Amino acid sequence: MATLYEGYTLCGVGPVQNSSNIGILGVEQGRDIDYVLVTDSSRSITVYKVSDQKPTGSWSVKQGQIISCPAVFNTQSQEYVVVTDDRVVRVWKEDDVNLEKAFKATVSADVLRVLSATDSEPVVLFCCGAVRFLDSLLASPQQPIEDVLTEDEIIRWSTIVKAEHQLVVLFSTEQRGEHCLYVQRFNPNTLVKHRIETEPGLSAPISFSATCRGSNIHLLYLYLNGSVYESVLPFRSSSTGAEGVQALSCSLCLSLPLGEEKLMSGAAVVLDEAHVAVIGFPHPSAGACKDYLCIWNTHFQTLQASKEMAGRIYSQLWCYSGKLYVPHGKMLSVIPFDCQKSSLAAAMGKLKQTSRNVLWFYLLLSLMNVFLTGFFLLFLQNVKSALTVDQLVEHIKTSAVEDVQAEVGEFIRRAPQADLQLAAGRVALELVSRSQTDANFYPQCAFLQLLETRYLCYSVCPELLSLAMVKKDFHLCQIAFQIFSDIPEAVTCACLKAILSTPDLEMETVNLDTDSVIFMKELTQAHSRSDEEGGQLNGFCPPALESDVSDTPSNKLQRDPLSLDMSCPVGLHKGALLNEVLQTAYSDRSLLPHLKDLTVPQVIVFLQYLRFLYFKYSHDAHKQIRALRTPSISQIIDWVCLLLDAHFTVLAVAPEAKRLVFDLHKFVRSQVKLYAELGKIEGSLQVLKNSKQSEDFGMYAIQVIELF
Amino acid sequence: MGEFKVHRVRFFDYMPSGIRALAFNQDTERMAVARMDGSVEVFHCSDRFFQEKIIPGREQCGIEGLSWVGERLFSAGLNGGITEYDLTNQKVKYTIDAYGGPIWTITGNQQGTHLAVGCEDGTVKLFEVNEDQIQFERNLDRQKSRIISLSWHPSGSKIAAGMMDMIQVFNVETGHSIHRMLADRGAGTSRSKECVVWSVVYLSDGTIITGDSVGMVKLWDDQTGTLIKSHNVTKCDVLALSVSQNEDSLVAGTSEGIVVQFQFVSMVLEKDDKEWVRTRTFRNHTHDIRAVAEITTAVVSGGMDAQLVVRPLLDKIEVRSAASALRKIHFPHRRLVSCARKSGLMLFQYPGHLELWRLGESEGKGTPGSSLFVKRNPEKLLQLKVKGEDHIRCSAVSPCGGWIVYSTASTLRLYRLHCDNNNISITKISKLPKVLSSANQLCFSSDSSHLFSASAQSSVHIASLSQSGCKFVGTLKPKSGSHQAIHLLAASEDGKWLASANSDHEVHIYNLQTQKAHCTVPVYSSAVTAMGIHPATNCLFMMHADQQMFEYSIEQKQYTDWSRTVQRKGLHRFWVERDTPCLNVMFNPQNPSHVILHDMYMLCIIDQSLPLPDDKTQFYNQLTLKSLTEEQRKSQSHAFKVCKTFKDILCVELMPDQSLVVVERPLEDIATQLPAPIKQKKFAT
Repeated sequence: MATLYEGYTLCGVGPVQNSSNIGILGVEQGRDIDYVLVTDSSRSITVYKVSDQKPTGSWSVKQGQIISCPAVFNTQSQEYVVVTDDRVVRVWKEDDVNLEKAFKATVSADVLRVLSATDSEPVVLFCCGAVRFLDSLLASPQQPIEDVLTEDEIIRWSTIVKAEHQLVVLFSTEQRGEHCLYVQRFNPNTLVKHRIETEPGLSAPISFSATCRGSNIHLLYLYLNGSVYESVLPFRSSSTGAEGVQALSCSLCLSLPLGEEKLMSGAAVVLDEAHVAVIGFPHPSAGACKDYLCIWNTHFQTLQASKEMAGRIYSQLWCYSGKLYVPHGKMLSVIPFDCQKSSLAAAMGKLKQTSRNVLWFYLLLSLMNVFLTGFFLLFLQNVKSALTVDQLVEHIKTSAVEDVQAEVGEFIRRAPQADLQLAAGRVALELVSRSQTDANFYPQCAFLQLLETRYLCYSVCPELLSLAMVKKDFHLCQIAFQIFSDIPEAVTCACLKAILSTPDLEMETVNLDTDSVIFMKELTQAHSRSDEEGGQLNGFCPPALESDVSDTPSNKLQRDPLSLDMSCPVGLHKGALLNEVLQTAYSDRSLLPHLKDLTVPQVIVFLQYLRFLYFKYSHDAHKQIRALRTPSISQIIDWVCLLLDAHFTVLAVAPEAKRLVFDLHKFVRSQVKLYAELGKIEGSLQVLKNSKQSEDFGMYAIQVIELF
Repeated sequence: MGEFKVHRVRFFDYMPSGIRALAFNQDTERMAVARMDGSVEVFHCSDRFFQEKIIPGREQCGIEGLSWVGERLFSAGLNGGITEYDLTNQKVKYTIDAYGGPIWTITGNQQGTHLAVGCEDGTVKLFEVNEDQIQFERNLDRQKSRIISLSWHPSGSKIAAGMMDMIQVFNVETGHSIHRMLADRGAGTSRSKECVVWSVVYLSDGTIITGDSVGMVKLWDDQTGTLIKSHNVTKCDVLALSVSQNEDSLVAGTSEGIVVQFQFVSMVLEKDDKEWVRTRTFRNHTHDIRAVAEITTAVVSGGMDAQLVVRPLLDKIEVRSAASALRKIHFPHRRLVSCARKSGLMLFQYPGHLELWRLGESEGKGTPGSSLFVKRNPEKLLQLKVKGEDHIRCSAVSPCGGWIVYSTASTLRLYRLHCDNNNISITKISKLPKVLSSANQLCFSSDSSHLFSASAQSSVHIASLSQSGCKFVGTLKPKSGSHQAIHLLAASEDGKWLASANSDHEVHIYNLQTQKAHCTVPVYSSAVTAMGIHPATNCLFMMHADQQMFEYSIEQKQYTDWSRTVQRKGLHRFWVERDTPCLNVMFNPQNPSHVILHDMYMLCIIDQSLPLPDDKTQFYNQLTLKSLTEEQRKSQSHAFKVCKTFKDILCVELMPDQSLVVVERPLEDIATQLPAPIKQKKFAT
């Protein structure tokens, strides 16, 4: 999972003066990873220490002069370089106070940008497409600069990529609606021109981002229609540039959902091989507001994290050493992020139960959903659904509940599987939005039928679960929990809270999945049975517990260690629902903050229930209750841990929790002892096992050995 | 590098003999070890405990005690005789009878003037140590029971004797007993058993320390004859005691196989009020510890399990190094196996007999790590029992497999072996030249035409062998130097050169054509443990006890460039830290840059064409190299290719067909053949 952390403001963005509509010319890496160089579009260059959010140095040019490209830091010579008034290159050191007194050289052609990569010589890119190393340029500033580009070809974007001590300058140009990419390599100097070819009808790419991975450069570019394309260029080119224009092959790697509003700007930057940060595109479930910073996983096409950005978005986005720099409104924000290695599990959340193949089946099905239809497809404007779906959607908007339910049922029965896959989400969305607006409209049957198609997942229709919560439709909740594998932790916690706060009496009337209720019944019955037998089944009698009992003479009851409080603290139905919650997929870090929302009584009841399950499982481990879905012991223990972590202080203080925690501790300790003993046996068994394997060839053998 | 076919041989039933006595000589740093079979070995304590000298034993000579007097070594045994050894020529010098029945103990005084022996008949006999002999002087007062242990007071005026149930202190001057101290018998059923005072130590401050069969270490005062303190160390016997040179530490060995250390320390800090306190326990033996000795920085112990254990005392060591590691010596530092390479025969040397085996044959090819099908099993061709009581000192089989020679302390015997098809016949060559009466080391020339016999005065006799018999050709004598016995001989493949190494670390090279000394290799501070002459370059490759290696060009009379590079760059830490000496140097005729070495734990091929490893390189890199591709290996590999597949190696030989013979003697197999140790209560038995 990728995470966006709490951001902070680095500096304000000055009033927009120039025509290009941007407040900041550029953010560049400073002398180490904690420093950045912010070039203001007004007249100043400022160095910030990012972790302190403080400027450590600032320089500005005289009135009348204009900084024409972002300043860069030359790590080799520890100098700053900037170009003013298109032709004057200025070089200064950290301790130079006045920019006017710094070294300057006037060159013979307009400079577009100075590009600098760590530990290498900065490269000067001229507007005409020519490229010079800064050193050689400053050695003879007035040297003639050749024209590489044709007259009306304008450079739109440029960057420098470094790997294996090799520099590559990339820049894209526009000429009469045609877009080209130039790749300048050094040693030997070669310039290769590529034509960017995409689907017809696409306008210009609005944002580029290039990274080096392995021996290839991965170039990502974003179009206004939300398509993100990727091209791969070899780092070392075999061609000499003489072949002329080459076509640049590209592949669509992400389609961003579009809102209704016409987009004007946006930016994307590659974070790692699977993640891309996008700004300026709407959040799929946040309506039309487009001021969101989102991290998308390109492998799984999933939205991994998002953050709302206040104020105007400038379609600028930089990323240096784990931090995103976003100018928005009147400020430049720094947002740290973290992209964990993407795997299926991480993309889908934590999924702990492995014993049940059925669940995997659900997971695979819902994954297929993601891959085949994908929720982003629903937002794509060019989705062409079958006509009947459109009709059905129209009907949903107006018809009565009964009619809608009948029609939906009819549609699900009739529609071919492939169409249904595409349509189910759309229908569900429509049903949910009607239900949200119309209080009397709640087609539970239709929802259940849609869920049973197993073509829905949480991301397709995020509102469904919250709607069910509002309507107290626990049956639907239960089915959704069973089927959805991508429920966010916040929603899981909200549901948990709702379940815990609903009185048992009310809960018992709810119609629930029979299988889970039977499981709960068996569990509570097993409890009474084992009580009768006095827990003598396996003869294990942890000594720690006995000593504890004698240690506490105040405890007059002299409780038998095995007859710990084993009555189920919640009703059957509530238990069944809680079991569903326990089996959802989650990741600890995301769940923990939400768990803190639970109130103290809720925590205690939940912990009591978890303790009940844990004792039950430990004591009746030999019993096999036949049920399709049961929480596993490791899931139970994980939740206990999480709950204890989240409410540690509360549990330590609350008097009613004392007994509960005490019991739990005692039992855990006895279990630890048991496992420690088992650990000792393991060593001996291991030795026995190994002793059998020792090679024995008797008195004589002829063997072959190999030495290297 | 390549694949090797390996004959793994485990049918050499070598059994080391249990250790009976230890004697440490502080001045020369030599440790003398007497074994059950009567052999005496001398280890050099500051040269990585290299076994410098071996004096083979005899039948029926149970040594009970060893004692140094200056640089002279004496032993006494149950046959009633006192023996002095000729350490230069590594043989018995003389034996005289003490006429007191079996002798249980022998000890010399610190002044080096007298030897005292304790006899079965209850007498303590004093012998005067003369220049070349010892002479009986007198008896001390005769006692009723046998004298088990003796200890001189450092002044030489008093002597303490451990006996059955008591300890007597004698005045040497008068010969009368000063004190008689009674040792308590054990409680309960062992009340009826006598208490044997196995060991006694007399300290300069007048304290007498005894170890007895009740398991007690007791401290007595010789002024009053009273018990000061007693420590119950074990339930069984305390068999041996030894005190350090400065008398601040004492070690006791028990029949449970543990060594207990006592230290003389002050109980209250910075007070002089010192007491003997039990401090440490070392468990390195499985059987009875019959002898312990505390040397400068370590405790040396030996017993029935036949291993010599050197346990460093870490508080006395200033720099931790390979020399200060725990060391267990299981096998002799001499080769007990010789190999007729051209005919695939192996000669195993046991103390009292020789065995000749023919190696098996395999069929087909196998992948590395696999075992091949054995088409023909190995076969024992011959068992040759030694005539007389002396044990074999050295033996050899000629490369062609046609001759077998062995030598004891008194005789040398040469046999002609006829081997056609499955008929083996052996004829003893009679009328050997007179000079070939006994040898310290034996070696055949590579074409089996000559026999080299190392003899007294560091000389080597040459005899030519033919169908008709054996003829004396000449004697090679070093130009100068010591007369120590030769323990290694190496003949060159072309029959031109012979190298000899003696226990004074001298290596002499002789020209066999002129029969003259050619040159002497510069003397190195550590003993030569193995050497060989390269068949192609005629360079002498020497391994030393401190794991250094030298390559000396015979023709140019100087170290080779490679050898100088090794010395300049230094060897890898892991190589130098190995604790067993290399016992054989072989060369691969197919690949002249390869030198094959082995010690007890590994087999190593040194490729002289590859770079030497420095301390940053991974030394044991075979597993790493295995997982790399051919290309990557080139950059990773270094000169030392160590194979650790084999353990407890007695001998490695390279056969002409590029196969290796590895003779292993697993220590577990030795352990199973040892007598049962004292039964100890173990958990769950």
